[in-house]
Amino acid sequence: MKLFSLRGGLSLAGHKGGTAGRPIRVMPAPPVLHLPLRQHAGDPAKPVVAEGDTVRRGERLAESAGPLSAPLHAPAAGRVTAVRPETAPHPSGLPAETVVLETAAGDDEAPLAPPVEPEAAAPGEIAARVGDAGIVGLGGGAFPAAVKLDLGHHYALDTLVINGAECEPYLTADDQLMREKAPAVVDGARVMAAALGVGRVVVGIEANKPRALEAMRTAAGRLPDGPAVVALPVRYPMGSERHLVQVLTGRETPSGRLTAEVGVVVHNAGTARAVHDAVRQGRPLTHRVVTVSGGAVRRPANVMVPLGTRVRDLVAFCGGLRADPARLLAGGPFTGNPLPGLDVPVVKGFNGILALTADEARERPAQPCIRCGACVEVCPCGLVPVEMMAHIRKEELDDADTLGVRDCVRCGSCAYACPSHIPLVQYFAYAQGRLRGLDVERRNQDLQRVAARERQERMARLERERQEKKARQARRRQQQDAEQQGGEAPRKADPAAAGPVADQGSRTGS
Amino acid sequence: MRTPTRSAPFTHAGTSLGRIMGQVMVALVPATAFGLLQFGWPAVFLFATTVAAAAAFDALGLYLAGRPVADGLADGTAVLAGWILALTLPPWAPWWIGVTGAGIAVLVGKHVYGGTGQNIFNPAMVARVALLVSFPVPMTTYIAPVPLWEAAAPGFVEALAITFGGAQPVDALTVASPLDALSTALHGGAAVPQARDAVPALKALLTGTVPGSLGETSAGLVLAGGLFMLAVRTISWPIPVAFLGTLFGLAEVFHQIDPMHYPTGLFHLSAGSVMLAAFFVATDPVTSPVSRTGHLIFGAGAAAITFLIRTWAGYPEGLGFGILLMNAATPLIDRWARPRIMGRDRNGRPLAGGGGP
Repeated sequence: MKLFSLRGGLSLAGHKGGTAGRPIRVMPAPPVLHLPLRQHAGDPAKPVVAEGDTVRRGERLAESAGPLSAPLHAPAAGRVTAVRPETAPHPSGLPAETVVLETAAGDDEAPLAPPVEPEAAAPGEIAARVGDAGIVGLGGGAFPAAVKLDLGHHYALDTLVINGAECEPYLTADDQLMREKAPAVVDGARVMAAALGVGRVVVGIEANKPRALEAMRTAAGRLPDGPAVVALPVRYPMGSERHLVQVLTGRETPSGRLTAEVGVVVHNAGTARAVHDAVRQGRPLTHRVVTVSGGAVRRPANVMVPLGTRVRDLVAFCGGLRADPARLLAGGPFTGNPLPGLDVPVVKGFNGILALTADEARERPAQPCIRCGACVEVCPCGLVPVEMMAHIRKEELDDADTLGVRDCVRCGSCAYACPSHIPLVQYFAYAQGRLRGLDVERRNQDLQRVAARERQERMARLERERQEKKARQARRRQQQDAEQQGGEAPRKADPAAAGPVADQGSRTGS
Repeated sequence: MRTPTRSAPFTHAGTSLGRIMGQVMVALVPATAFGLLQFGWPAVFLFATTVAAAAAFDALGLYLAGRPVADGLADGTAVLAGWILALTLPPWAPWWIGVTGAGIAVLVGKHVYGGTGQNIFNPAMVARVALLVSFPVPMTTYIAPVPLWEAAAPGFVEALAITFGGAQPVDALTVASPLDALSTALHGGAAVPQARDAVPALKALLTGTVPGSLGETSAGLVLAGGLFMLAVRTISWPIPVAFLGTLFGLAEVFHQIDPMHYPTGLFHLSAGSVMLAAFFVATDPVTSPVSRTGHLIFGAGAAAITFLIRTWAGYPEGLGFGILLMNAATPLIDRWARPRIMGRDRNGRPLAGGGGP
């Protein structure tokens, strides 16, 4: 298959040797699980259990709270001991509503939902099942997968891309999953293609995973119209959605739009596997594969871990820490988030837990920018980070916007390459957040302006009507006077003239 | 464990300003060592004085700006500016030329603008041009090479007198540099073939056994340093390639048209500061554009101006002016030569959708 080129990007040391090629270890449920209600992009799920309830494995703990939300299921049988705020697995370390589940011995599984036959399924049935199973994008984005399976109703789609690039260093969860569960991944991809109504499925895997490529090709080859499995050039950020689409199809996603705009939907390989489980077996998402790695971890491994397991328990399962890590991350070193500590749970979007030593994190205080242009050379989006940064430093956000700061996918290539160690992504994340805030402000201001104008017009109309009424009354009085002088009808009050006009427009206050 | 305070990435290429400047210095060592050996003790004194003065002025500038002095000095930019400036000076120039030049480079060329990364013009070129305009005699008094170990070379004490004591170089030793010689001969009405007799052979220009500035005479060694920097990716290819290619191309075009008046492209490449300028000065990140297209425009522009000045203007060497003028154009080039943003057209408008079926 013809591949298209990627602008910029990085050639990286993989650091994958510690975990690649070793079988996924299955972690038994720890005594207590902590399941935050918001493990996905969108609204937090609404709990359907309360303190004291006993639940079986796979039973629903919380339901979807709207179109952009996802339900939550029990990864193990046990008893709900609390639904309360606990430290969220988020850099802020702020508390978030969490279901605390004391797990019980034994394996009491709730009855499974009946399998759905993708070929015979009604439109929307697959997406509905995927939504009911609580599946979100397992590549790290945690976007509710059902929403992305519904895009066929809004866009003319022709291709489903399964993202098995796994381009970040250290991470091997997808690699290992594709090696061990290739048939399930391939089937999940076919199920999703059916839901999307597309005829073409392409699996993209970086060429540094020959075993995963082989396993996936074998699994795809067993099917009459199996997906195309493509070896991608090893170049960061190959796994970025719009870059992957560009490399595989040559189609460039317009700024600010979804890849669906060019007919392509991308799902992660792990998501495909979860979809297979949900649709073919009726099993909800309760576990995921996490790469536990980094120089501070004693026995790095890929672990099939129950959601809600504390990072502390997961790390202990991997032999514990050999050193105090300089950074503890959820996700890869390029796009992962720092964790506030070990006592936060694993959630659906975590593809890795990295405990990096100072030698690995290589953090240094920032030096002055010397405009070397390394950031421009590596930026895969064609941006000029050095200029955007200079504007954001001066809070000139509109200038940064003009330069395309919103097109930044925050892959981190620029900050990695910056010899002055300037935290460029930090600037861009800040600017994107501020610009979003400004958008809301501007929208509100526009609404207020419209409301104020409408009020003015309304007041003017009422005033006009009052004047006209007055004039009419005056005319009528004159008429009546004239008639009375003629000695005919008695004088009658005009009911419409009664009552002052209330001020109805004061709520805008402008 | 540190508290999380910033966003990813939590990994790095391992580069730093100090490391980049260190690589440039390593690349400069061969040409510098050759220059010091061939021009003897006075050159050693001048070089040491200039570099030390640059560091001292940098410390002063940092102190006045209220910045940490040790950290600022450690980025190596000031020492490097002093080093490159020293290489462009006549080797037996008096100490105050080096000190004045270092002061202009570091204080006027860099700190006045706000320190490392803020200057518009290349500090070493600012100093060189300022010195050339202000002190034309000591800045154009070149000597014939007398290697350190030869009997004719000034001894340690004699050299102290030349650099610090105001002693004039022995008249018999002072000569014109190759570009001066060519320029004088051509302006005297000679044609290139005759004028070339006044000029050393190409091989001598490459090895550097010719009169000239302290560290510029050996085009070959400077080129080797430049290739080293390309190999370890301290610099990227567009500026040097555009610079050398444009200079060579222009010279060859004119040489083909009128070989009697215009020397060959190879002569232009190997004479004067071309190699030093192409690899060590024009590539100064602070004062050159940031994008690849910008680099190409910058290199070609600097070479074209250099050729114009060398060929038709009063100064035999136009490099300083060529680079400074393109420094001034850098903000404009940067604005014009931005890459296309993914998902947008050249004018920054989002692409039209519907590239699908």
